[in-house]
Amino acid sequence: MGLDIRLPIGVLFTALGFVLLVYGAISDPSIYARSLGINVNLAWGCVLLVFGIAMLLASRRRSVK
Amino acid sequence: MTLTIVDGLIIGLYLLVVIAIGVALRQRTRTSEDFFLSGRSIPAWVAGLAFMSANMGAQEVVGMAASGAKYGLATSHFYWVGAIPAMVFLGLFMMPLYYGSRARSVPEYLKLRFDEKTRLLNAATFAFMTVISSGISMYAMGLLLNLLLGWPFDLSIWLWAGIVLIYVFMGGLTSGIYNEVLQFFLIVFGFAPLVILGLIDIGGWPGLMASLADVSLQRGYPADALSTVWRHTGSAADNPLGVGWFGISMGLGFVLSFGYWCTDFLLVQRAMAADSLSAARQAPIIAAIPKLLFPALVILPGMIAIGLTHRAGGISFPLKPDGSLNYDLAMPLMLARYLPTGLLGLGITALMASFMSGMAGNVTAFNTVWTYDLYQAHIRPNASDRHYLNIGRIATVAGVLLSIAAAYLAARFNNIMDLLQLVFAFVNAPLFATFLLGMFWKRTTGHGAFVGLLTGTVGAALHHGLTIPQHAIPGIKGGWLFIVHTYPSEMAQNFSTAIVAWTTCLLVTVAVSLMTRPRPDEQLRGLVYSLTEKGYEKPASWYLNPTLLAPLVLGAAFALNIVFW
Repeated sequence: MGLDIRLPIGVLFTALGFVLLVYGAISDPSIYARSLGINVNLAWGCVLLVFGIAMLLASRRRSVK
Repeated sequence: MTLTIVDGLIIGLYLLVVIAIGVALRQRTRTSEDFFLSGRSIPAWVAGLAFMSANMGAQEVVGMAASGAKYGLATSHFYWVGAIPAMVFLGLFMMPLYYGSRARSVPEYLKLRFDEKTRLLNAATFAFMTVISSGISMYAMGLLLNLLLGWPFDLSIWLWAGIVLIYVFMGGLTSGIYNEVLQFFLIVFGFAPLVILGLIDIGGWPGLMASLADVSLQRGYPADALSTVWRHTGSAADNPLGVGWFGISMGLGFVLSFGYWCTDFLLVQRAMAADSLSAARQAPIIAAIPKLLFPALVILPGMIAIGLTHRAGGISFPLKPDGSLNYDLAMPLMLARYLPTGLLGLGITALMASFMSGMAGNVTAFNTVWTYDLYQAHIRPNASDRHYLNIGRIATVAGVLLSIAAAYLAARFNNIMDLLQLVFAFVNAPLFATFLLGMFWKRTTGHGAFVGLLTGTVGAALHHGLTIPQHAIPGIKGGWLFIVHTYPSEMAQNFSTAIVAWTTCLLVTVAVSLMTRPRPDEQLRGLVYSLTEKGYEKPASWYLNPTLLAPLVLGAAFALNIVFW
């Protein structure tokens, strides 16, 4: 259909991962009391970023071919 | 629960991408087939994920967590028994007919196989039903967001409906499908942290089992009633579902499940949009793979939430007016408990995404059935393709507006909506008998199908009128004629209603078909399984081969049932 769905998925999750990662790095640690003391924004931001970049790479690889 | 600017940013980013997808697809949507069927160009994995997500509306996500809290692990019957076998059957045996006949919708298949009156009956009820169910889920979402975040009901409704309208209007089904795939990943990434944190908090799997045992005993069930799927189904009274094994396997696992997954155009449309027959066959089977695992994401949070009610510093469910726990709040309570600002935005985005794509699913199915099966068939045949494309866009606007109207109707007159849903349940219950006979018995005739459907619906209504669940008042719950049988639970009654409707439809269709003249074989090629060539093209990768994938998926579902027996 022309537009590779992996591109918007990659863009969205890269951006979301980046936002969570940055916020996790600068946020007040006391907000993580509810998440059992784990800085979940930082950790999950990394996961989203990796997934987002993987999707972007996958969409690029196909469009080059 | 309050959202901060970071949560807002996350929701905003999502909405931006959603609109961008619609804009990007606009120029690529030129013909009516682009708009209604994505130009039959969707790869198997995308169609598969969309197929899986189209069913995962917000009501489903919130409702599954609620059922997890109420019924425990037995809720996974709706997945491992009530979905997987039907999805595999659709892929292996029915998609060759839906896709191969080049029908553009499920009602159109009925037209090709049977006749115009059968199509009209199916198309009209389906179109009406999609609008109503889209309105009901919009109402539920408006209530939830109001309760959770204090957003005004009107604002939620018009805003989300407006966004759905924009992207479906521009990109048609492709927009819908792309957003469903996006929603799939948002649900996975939005809810996984909730499950991980909840499990850590409750002491892992053993901790969860111990807490659930306390809850079960307190409710008067055996200790493992909430953490097993089959063990206590020998008698309906011993398990929280209130249904025995026969009702579960025949009512849910066969009649309701096959009737829904194999004939509901909202779902089948996703597979029809696939780029080849083999992709169309793979799509439902690929969808079954995440379906196997989703109980961990949507049912488990509810189980953890109810387990935590027995912990010091745990969760307490608000009560409903009648004094029972308000299980519907299981998912929101978990979101509020574990997710800090940031991840909370992601969780809310996942909920919104499932709400919007659930609505878009209804709208895309509605505009297709309206345009092809009602407008083109009965109002204006032989117009240009351009004309039907425009009608489809107008139907999209109309579908969204009608859904909004239905949402307000649901807010004002809740009992009217209950009644409508009941009537639709009667109409739907016999459907699978018609498709099963139509596809696999060439002797079935149009008159047989039509009369069978009608009597099946009447059979369902009669069964409902003559039976009642325990402790219910005669009326909308049943028993409005006179009561000949009392069921242990509403679910048990529903499953039996479905079995009665299906059996009635099957017998009457066979009887009437034998009395009427069948169509000659050559007119049924591609429409009936035995008269259709099976030379399938080779799938792109060997591991996508349905004949390999299907037994694997079924085997996995079987194994899960044994492991959690």
